[in-house]
Amino acid sequence: MDLPVTLDHGDLVDPPDAAPVVPTLEARRVGAWFGDHQILEDIDLAMAPNTVTAIIGPSGCGKSTFLRVLNRMHELVPGASLAGEVLLDGTDVYGRGIRPSSTRLHIGMVFQKPNPFPTMSIRENVLSGLKLAGIRRPDHDGLVEQCLTRAGLWNEVKDRLGRPGGALSGGQQQRLCIARSLAVEPRVLLMDEPCSALDPSSTRRIEETIRELGTEVTIVIVTHNMHQAARISDVTAFFLGDQDRPGTIVECGPTTELFSTPNDPRTEDYIQGRFG
Amino acid sequence: MTTAAPVRRRPGGMTHEDVIAGVGAAGLAVVVTAVAFLLTPLAGSFGFVLTAYVLFLALLTIDSRRRLGGVIATDRVASVLVGTCGAVALAALGLILWYVIDRGVPGLHRGFFTKTLDSVGPLDPATDGGAGHAIVGTLEQVGLAALISTPLGILTAVYLSELRGRIAPIIRFFVDSMSGIPSIVAGLFIYTLWVVQLHKGFSGLAAAMALAVLMLPTVARAAEEMLALVPGGLRESALALGSPHWRSVTRIVLPTARSGLATAAILGVARVAGETAPLLMTAFGNDSLNADPTKGAQSSLSLFAYQRIRNALPSEIERGWAAALVLILVVLALFTLARLVAATRKAR
Repeated sequence: MDLPVTLDHGDLVDPPDAAPVVPTLEARRVGAWFGDHQILEDIDLAMAPNTVTAIIGPSGCGKSTFLRVLNRMHELVPGASLAGEVLLDGTDVYGRGIRPSSTRLHIGMVFQKPNPFPTMSIRENVLSGLKLAGIRRPDHDGLVEQCLTRAGLWNEVKDRLGRPGGALSGGQQQRLCIARSLAVEPRVLLMDEPCSALDPSSTRRIEETIRELGTEVTIVIVTHNMHQAARISDVTAFFLGDQDRPGTIVECGPTTELFSTPNDPRTEDYIQGRFG
Repeated sequence: MTTAAPVRRRPGGMTHEDVIAGVGAAGLAVVVTAVAFLLTPLAGSFGFVLTAYVLFLALLTIDSRRRLGGVIATDRVASVLVGTCGAVALAALGLILWYVIDRGVPGLHRGFFTKTLDSVGPLDPATDGGAGHAIVGTLEQVGLAALISTPLGILTAVYLSELRGRIAPIIRFFVDSMSGIPSIVAGLFIYTLWVVQLHKGFSGLAAAMALAVLMLPTVARAAEEMLALVPGGLRESALALGSPHWRSVTRIVLPTARSGLATAAILGVARVAGETAPLLMTAFGNDSLNADPTKGAQSSLSLFAYQRIRNALPSEIERGWAAALVLILVVLALFTLARLVAATRKAR
């Protein structure tokens, strides 16, 4: 397949005078399959520290699968396989002797559907990652407040931390899930269409949260909403693929450039809403 | 100019007119059938009910069609038919209950729950002696069986639903086959293995093991269904937080399914609480109190009922029916208890 070479955007986002930054997370020649069906082919993508990378593209192009390859969730599906490397701070997460659970601890994930643990209170939900990963940490109260504040939920729930997490509204539940992911202090946070099940005002709230977090955590977000990608991301990668062709990166670069002057006509067509 | 507010309506609701029409149709059907049965050679109570019912349906259809139109008429008739099915099923249950209550209540007295059949002679009235030893036996045997099979069943369900190992389909096949085992075979199995080969003799524990064999497939399959109801997103969320697989099962999946798992255990208890056949060869039965389930023959309510009712003496038969009634009450109490436990845990 003769798709254009992916841009090395790692250099583009850095100030010209700075030394090249080692990406926090880097996918090298990643491919993915479900059984014999190839979903992704030859994906190269580097995520620089503390940037927000948006992945856009039509349904079925493998965006979510790519995200799940990054934190080893892909392999949980029976029959799933993959190729290539995923480097977290220079170490392949698929390397020998690396536990999937420790990779997932460092690379957190927020799902499309908000899913707080129904048997736990708001407070317990925030702390659930510590319990599940077996991490001991002092000052749980401070951690709960800090995570909920960073997720933009503290003021709304500070008086009812003991109430069940499932009693919150959809947008609040999603922010609770973000707070839950932050409590284990991940290096990277993957978000799989986190706003697609939410109303506009909750979406705006979560976008604010993402923008604030983007200065502390490396974020990769899959979104169907082009305006959202333009609003919140530093770098955008445009994926293309369908039932017959595995997904590849058509174009990748700083968000402002990709949306104003796309290099590939297919990118322009997609951004203009002419397909997808 | 003011216009009157639109009349409030409840589509599908019943009006006074509908109730009167329904009662009228039923009354007319009964009267017409009665007249027909008097004037013609038709006879028999079942035929009478059936004829009146069909006539009632026909009258109801005609009336609803004329007053309310075809759509509502179809809905009414369908509702009546479905309601009748439910009533017939409930009536069967009610009749069994009523029969047991009717026969069992005369044999009940305060001593029935505390006394045993020790020193009760054949000529003593039914108010002498009791089934206290049988109640103790049933509680111990069923309780022990639940203790054995609930953890095993839930572990099996976890293997089938959470680990999905390579031999899971084979295990599932065996569990399904196990649920088809005749209960007497489970009793024979424990009898030959435990009672005879290992020289352990009759005991409540042997009975509990036979019951556990019967309970296990019910608990395992019901628990598997309950675990399957836990949303996959919760498992993924737990794993995405860096949880090892086993901790996502113990901390997230099992607590989420807790009330469902309690239901699975209840279904298992319901499966075995009334079993008699396997107990004949394991608990054997006993007329006096044996509170130690580990050794010696023990009675149980079902064994007690079976052995009393086979007797020719009216007093013994009365005791048997009373035991049957108590057995139903015990099962009902166990159900209510388990439901309450599940409900309070969920609410917390």
